[in-house]
Amino acid sequence: MRTSAFLVTSVLLIAGAASALAAGSEADFKAAYAAAEAANKEAGSLRNQWTVTASALAAAKKAADAGDFDKAIASSKEAEALANASIFQATSEKEAWKALEIR
Amino acid sequence: VSTRIKCGASFRRKRQGEVNVRSVIHFASAALALAALAFTAVPPAIAADTPDPVADAKAFRNFFTQKFPKVKLEDFVNGPYSMNEDMHRQWEEKEQFPPYEFSLDMGKEMFSKPFKNGKSYADCFPNKGIGIRQNYPYFDAGEGKVVTLELALNRCREANGEPPFSYVKDEMAALTAYMAFTSRGKPFDIKIPDDPRALEAYQNGKRYFYTRRGQLNFSCATCHVQSPGERIRAEVLAPALGILNAMPIYRSEWSGMGTISRRFTTCNSQIRGVPLNPQDDEYRDLEYYLSYVSNGLPISGPGARP
Repeated sequence: MRTSAFLVTSVLLIAGAASALAAGSEADFKAAYAAAEAANKEAGSLRNQWTVTASALAAAKKAADAGDFDKAIASSKEAEALANASIFQATSEKEAWKALEIR
Repeated sequence: VSTRIKCGASFRRKRQGEVNVRSVIHFASAALALAALAFTAVPPAIAADTPDPVADAKAFRNFFTQKFPKVKLEDFVNGPYSMNEDMHRQWEEKEQFPPYEFSLDMGKEMFSKPFKNGKSYADCFPNKGIGIRQNYPYFDAGEGKVVTLELALNRCREANGEPPFSYVKDEMAALTAYMAFTSRGKPFDIKIPDDPRALEAYQNGKRYFYTRRGQLNFSCATCHVQSPGERIRAEVLAPALGILNAMPIYRSEWSGMGTISRRFTTCNSQIRGVPLNPQDDEYRDLEYYLSYVSNGLPISGPGARP
């Protein structure tokens, strides 16, 4: 009896610890959000921000305010990926635009 | 015998191997030669960096007149209505009771009403502001930048102690509608003075026009060079040639009037790019480029669009 109670407790403890490890923390969110903001700022310096990046950043903040850090981290990472894509676009278009020109 | 057979087979394999190696070498040489040709003998596909506005304007006009041989040159200023016969008929009917009329009346009244200091818009412009739309935007040598009509109007207000208007609609649309109306039929006459800064502004405008942006990866040219006459959802895309001649416009989609600034910023947001501020340098230069390549086409503003 005592053994089975111990086993159940252990399983619950392990499960709890695992979910705590998997769940995003506020610190993780802050790091992910800062990275996304920095990338979007760089896109801004290239005069090429995307509206969807701003939406993803806003969604991240909203989720964090509601305490849903998993969602907040996912949105931050999405925002960072979008911002990086806009940076890539601005950089490649520095020369690529000439291919479209009417000559 | 078996040794000879083995040797023969080995020789054939060796021979085949040599043939294969030789073919690979030949293929590689041919590919290298082709690549060398592509990079040396054939002129590069990318245009030269030295801007040539006269050649650009000629090529621009030729592109559209060849793409749409049935459209009269002066009809390009009617945007989507020049691309589609049914729409052209709708537009002719619409012009009998044009939706921009209220704005035009408002602009006329505003234009003639003096500021608090007794001066008026007429004091800020050549020919008292009448029949001059075709000369805007111009390159201002003193400032070293392009000055648009919208910018000149707000500068006029501020110089006379009045607050500036929003660049995108309402009062600004009304004032520019009236100034365009007094210039109807006059051909665009945009000058690029012999000043490297003017040429740089022109080139920057051209670059902005062809640069892809936004999550949809569209440039202005994607719609207005590659796809005029095609539909994007329910709308027929306008050709870039003469696209600013009808500004400002009443758009049914907006349920109101919009200026060139409104058109540029909404184009950017539609392709999921964050628009710049109205009258930022990029937009001023873009207007300079687009107006210059439409030189010779008549002012037709204010206009109406679906």
